[in-house]
Amino acid sequence: MATEAELQLRERLSKLGAMKLLRGTKLSGELARLQDQRERLEADPSGEEIWRSVELARHQDRPYTLDYAERIFADFFELHGDRGRADDSAIVTGLGRLGGRTVVLVGQQKGRDLKERTKRNFGMAYPEGYRKAMRAMALADRHGFPLVTLIDTPGAYPGVAAEQHGQGGAIARSQAAMVRLSVPTVACVIGEGGSGGAVAIAVADRVLMQENAIYSVISPEGCAAILWRDAGEARKAAAAFKPDAVHCLELGVVDAVVAEPEGGAHTDPDAAATLLEQGLLAALADVRSSDPDDLRRRRRAKYRVMGILAGM
Amino acid sequence: MSSGQSRVDVEVESKRAGEPAPGRANPNTCPGCGSHYRDDELEKTLRVCPHCGHHFRLGARERIAQLADPGSFVEADEDLRSADPLAFFDLRPYPERLAEAEIATGLGDAIVCGHASIEGGRCELAVMDFGFMGGSMGSVVGEKFVRACERAGSSRTALVSVSASGGARMQEGILALMQLPKTVCAVDELYEGGGALISVLTHPTTGGVLASFASLGDVVLAEPGALMSFAGPRVVAQTTREKLPDDFGLAESNLRYGHLDAIVQREELRPVLARLLRLLGSA
Repeated sequence: MATEAELQLRERLSKLGAMKLLRGTKLSGELARLQDQRERLEADPSGEEIWRSVELARHQDRPYTLDYAERIFADFFELHGDRGRADDSAIVTGLGRLGGRTVVLVGQQKGRDLKERTKRNFGMAYPEGYRKAMRAMALADRHGFPLVTLIDTPGAYPGVAAEQHGQGGAIARSQAAMVRLSVPTVACVIGEGGSGGAVAIAVADRVLMQENAIYSVISPEGCAAILWRDAGEARKAAAAFKPDAVHCLELGVVDAVVAEPEGGAHTDPDAAATLLEQGLLAALADVRSSDPDDLRRRRRAKYRVMGILAGM
Repeated sequence: MSSGQSRVDVEVESKRAGEPAPGRANPNTCPGCGSHYRDDELEKTLRVCPHCGHHFRLGARERIAQLADPGSFVEADEDLRSADPLAFFDLRPYPERLAEAEIATGLGDAIVCGHASIEGGRCELAVMDFGFMGGSMGSVVGEKFVRACERAGSSRTALVSVSASGGARMQEGILALMQLPKTVCAVDELYEGGGALISVLTHPTTGGVLASFASLGDVVLAEPGALMSFAGPRVVAQTTREKLPDDFGLAESNLRYGHLDAIVQREELRPVLARLLRLLGSA
């Protein structure tokens, strides 16, 4: 008789196999990997793999939003500022062409060297960043452009000024703005999907996740510090709350996993960009509906069923 | 199948539940001025310190008793219970923490919902309880809040939410984070149908609850001294090494920065809500 873990893996495999969204991308690689995994089913094989995802998601050479913007979006033009008080460089917004039509891009941006990291605040946005995102969303809405968001942040910035400027409210309102949009929306977690700061720009008709990205309610270190009272137990925490793409797919949090080049997106950014572009195009094509009320209704229905209750 | 079947046997745990945590101050000693009160004294003052005005924490049932017209509250969805979707185990298994919280609070999860009237004005109430795992929001809190929105929408009454929460419930992992957009969607639907939301923030309302429905009220109120920050003071101090202002994240600071409509003393909360219900057209 099959063990529960084996059944779960089988279900994952059938889900992945049935997903037309991934056709044309490197689905066969993902299937083969999972099949391998099923074959060598041992006790809890995933802890190590989860931590590998955490490391790859944070890899310093991993492509960031602007790396993808220049590879995927033809004629990309960056837009700056929240039209209120600042231009938060931790969030990038712009116009570009994807699949022959204009789209609006919103994404978090980390930096590669110390200077750039400081400028980008390690990808941690202030409320101004989310207001900049909302301004770009409003532009998309006004002109009927689809919205693409790329998520890559350790979290919203936890600072005194950020709180004074209304971090919690900005995250709430950014989500509310995404729910209201009358245009098709696709989000993809491309690195770290860190908590509220990530979901603020990830409420979309289709939510994708790169193979080695992570998406979580808290950082492994934060969780370990609270529940284990020791930030050093981050590996244990990650294994417990399972932020990897396959688990997120299994829990219905993401609609599809976008494959990465062998060894991770950083090994071949061009190939990673091609795979991401295919994933975004497939997801946008899959949204189909163009009636604003219908889009909103379906979007809400998608989130209505998130969560698992006892006895249900 | 009843939800009871998937719950754990709590008998063993109940031995541990009654002991107060060592080193914790007496719950009737005011953290503001050190005055000590008997239960009946505090009950008379709605659990507000008569000496310095400190607002003691209230459980969900106490809060409902203070706000709703006597006998008017009819609870809904009280049978909903959390599952353990990740088989989460830190130092202890999640089901054990749930069972202990249920014994300690008498609640099924960290929110109590139902309809009520306040000075005759009908409304839907969604009241959180910090005593249940720090008021953390997991699948049950999200689901019960959404159902409260839906009932408010279909009965054309306003929803009054009273939040008290440390944020999303880590033990439910990414599904806890998904309760943010889930509740935001429900508020959007409520508003689309012409409904109203009055959000009352009580100490503390932080993290995922502040970053979702609690910030989206037509009117947002807070109790004096309530901490309402996305990141808690300790996290901010550790991450940024900034010196925190004395009123960091407090309702008073948030009012000054424009994130709140009013700070309302506890004894004023019932009449203020009644007024707002009338103004918003529900009563």
